[in-house]
Amino acid sequence: MFKFKHPEYIPVHTLLIVGGIFMLFPFIWMIATSFKSQDEILTTSKKIVLLPDIARPGFLNGPEEEKRITRKEEEAKLWQAEQAKPAEQRNSKIRAPFHWLDNYIFALKAQPFYRFFLNTIFVTLTVTSVSLFFASLSAYAFAFFNFPFKNALFMMMLGTMMLPQQALLIPNYIVLSKIGWVNSYLALIVPWLASAYSVFFLRQFFLQLPKDLFEAATIDGCSRFQFYYKVVLPLSIPSMVTLGIFSFLANWNSFVWPLIVTNDTNLRVIQVGLSYFSSEAGTRWGPLMAASTMTILPLVIGYFLAQKQFVESQATTGMKE
Amino acid sequence: MANKRNKDWGAYLYLMPVLVILLAFHVLPIFYSLAVSFYEWDLIGQPEYVGTGNYSRLFDDPLFYKSLWNTIYYAAVSVPLSIFLSLIIAMLLNNPISAIGLYRTVYFIPVITSINAVAIIWNFIYHPDFGLLNKILDIFSIDPRAWLQDPTWAMPAIIFMSVWKGLGYNVIIFLTGLQNIPRHLYEAARIDGANRWHQFRHITWPLLSPTTFFIFTISTIGSFQVFSQVYMMTPRGGPLKSTMVVVYYLYRKAFEQFEFGYALAAAFVLFMIIFACTLFNKLYLEKKVHYS
Repeated sequence: MFKFKHPEYIPVHTLLIVGGIFMLFPFIWMIATSFKSQDEILTTSKKIVLLPDIARPGFLNGPEEEKRITRKEEEAKLWQAEQAKPAEQRNSKIRAPFHWLDNYIFALKAQPFYRFFLNTIFVTLTVTSVSLFFASLSAYAFAFFNFPFKNALFMMMLGTMMLPQQALLIPNYIVLSKIGWVNSYLALIVPWLASAYSVFFLRQFFLQLPKDLFEAATIDGCSRFQFYYKVVLPLSIPSMVTLGIFSFLANWNSFVWPLIVTNDTNLRVIQVGLSYFSSEAGTRWGPLMAASTMTILPLVIGYFLAQKQFVESQATTGMKE
Repeated sequence: MANKRNKDWGAYLYLMPVLVILLAFHVLPIFYSLAVSFYEWDLIGQPEYVGTGNYSRLFDDPLFYKSLWNTIYYAAVSVPLSIFLSLIIAMLLNNPISAIGLYRTVYFIPVITSINAVAIIWNFIYHPDFGLLNKILDIFSIDPRAWLQDPTWAMPAIIFMSVWKGLGYNVIIFLTGLQNIPRHLYEAARIDGANRWHQFRHITWPLLSPTTFFIFTISTIGSFQVFSQVYMMTPRGGPLKSTMVVVYYLYRKAFEQFEFGYALAAAFVLFMIIFACTLFNKLYLEKKVHYS
């Protein structure tokens, strides 16, 4: 693994590892809690127990823990005995022993999270792909054509990047409610199909393409649109991917706008669903952590897959903004 | 060779989709909201012109001042703290060490996760009876606290969580800035006998100032707009309204009390404050920035 060719960097590693644990531990705690029963979570014992009971053999623990484990076994026996009785004689107070996926099942039953997932995926993919397409068209025009009011329009576009999003929330809500779009997919999608940031980002990239190529191609009878989709688009795939990831993340995590423009359960996106679930679940921390895990996991996995591209582009574009 | 002088209206075919949506949802609403802020309106009835009535009511509302103060508190603590910590981490990462990609990934994970999920996790960590934080503090014999229910601690708890969440972004940007500083400057300084502090003071800090300025500006703008974590962690503005921030204030006015004109007046004041801050940064602070 690590060969310490440079022992002078051991303190650096130590500090970075301590910091790294600090960054990751809340997520580890979340995943561990999502597999714990309410009993284990609502313990006032001061001991910090990371692993859920289902993930560890009982004999590793002290006498108090052992007692708890035997109690659990007794509960399981009781439950089995109860199940053997005919249905009408069963004591409803005796609960089934905790099964490792119970928190996830509870969360999925309490709120239609699968529906929220479908909504989120639909909205996110639509916004990401269409806004990329629109932005690339505009960026192409800004980079290659000369047209009236070009500079004024470009300045206007940069200006919209500086406005605080919250300032737009209320007027947009008013307009959408007047045209009857509140509580519709249109409200979730249409306002975000244009992104000044994407236009700016792609324009910077398109400007690096050789202008001669454009002139040569048009002289040879290649139409402007042909040049766009036969030359410009294929060349800009890496920057499109980067932008796509940005846009995907932003839309997956978007919360305030969907919170305001939808209140129909069927239209809820995952972040809004999570916030509703959080206010209704109260102290059911197990299911809450299960729901958070389900919300976070797809992104983290995607991030690991796209990691290299993403971190690098993050670094360069952050500076150009 | 830009001689094809300027009758190229065809270009607008390409610009149309973006222009229409930007105008409709990002440009015109600004003017519209300025207009509506002079009316009293619940969206259902007829808007009633009240002149500057909304603004004078706003400046008479002690809760608005409280929310303004809380927002400034949030910004004044979270921005410097985040810059300080992320600069340290970035400088540690700027050593020629192994596993640097792994570290960057780890520090960046909180950035990509959603603020809501993260707020739920921290709600649990801050829980007075079952929370991890109190259990950890117990090891050092520190008394447990009801972090989010305590007017003194609710805002610091939210700030701490927000700094944790946003740290990785600043680290990556600082790291890029650090990597742009030519190595030979440090070598020359070392030959002249400069110690680490002097190297930082006279090379790193001045040459990094454009990056620091950039981070400072965008973090200030962002922290004046803080909303989601406050909404998720301290419902109804927290204990004694100690976490009521401006965006939460105007959210409540608009979507719970349906005073849209009034809420827009608050939004406009917030916008002016952000604008003034950005202008101050640009005009005053940027003079101290060292551009090579």
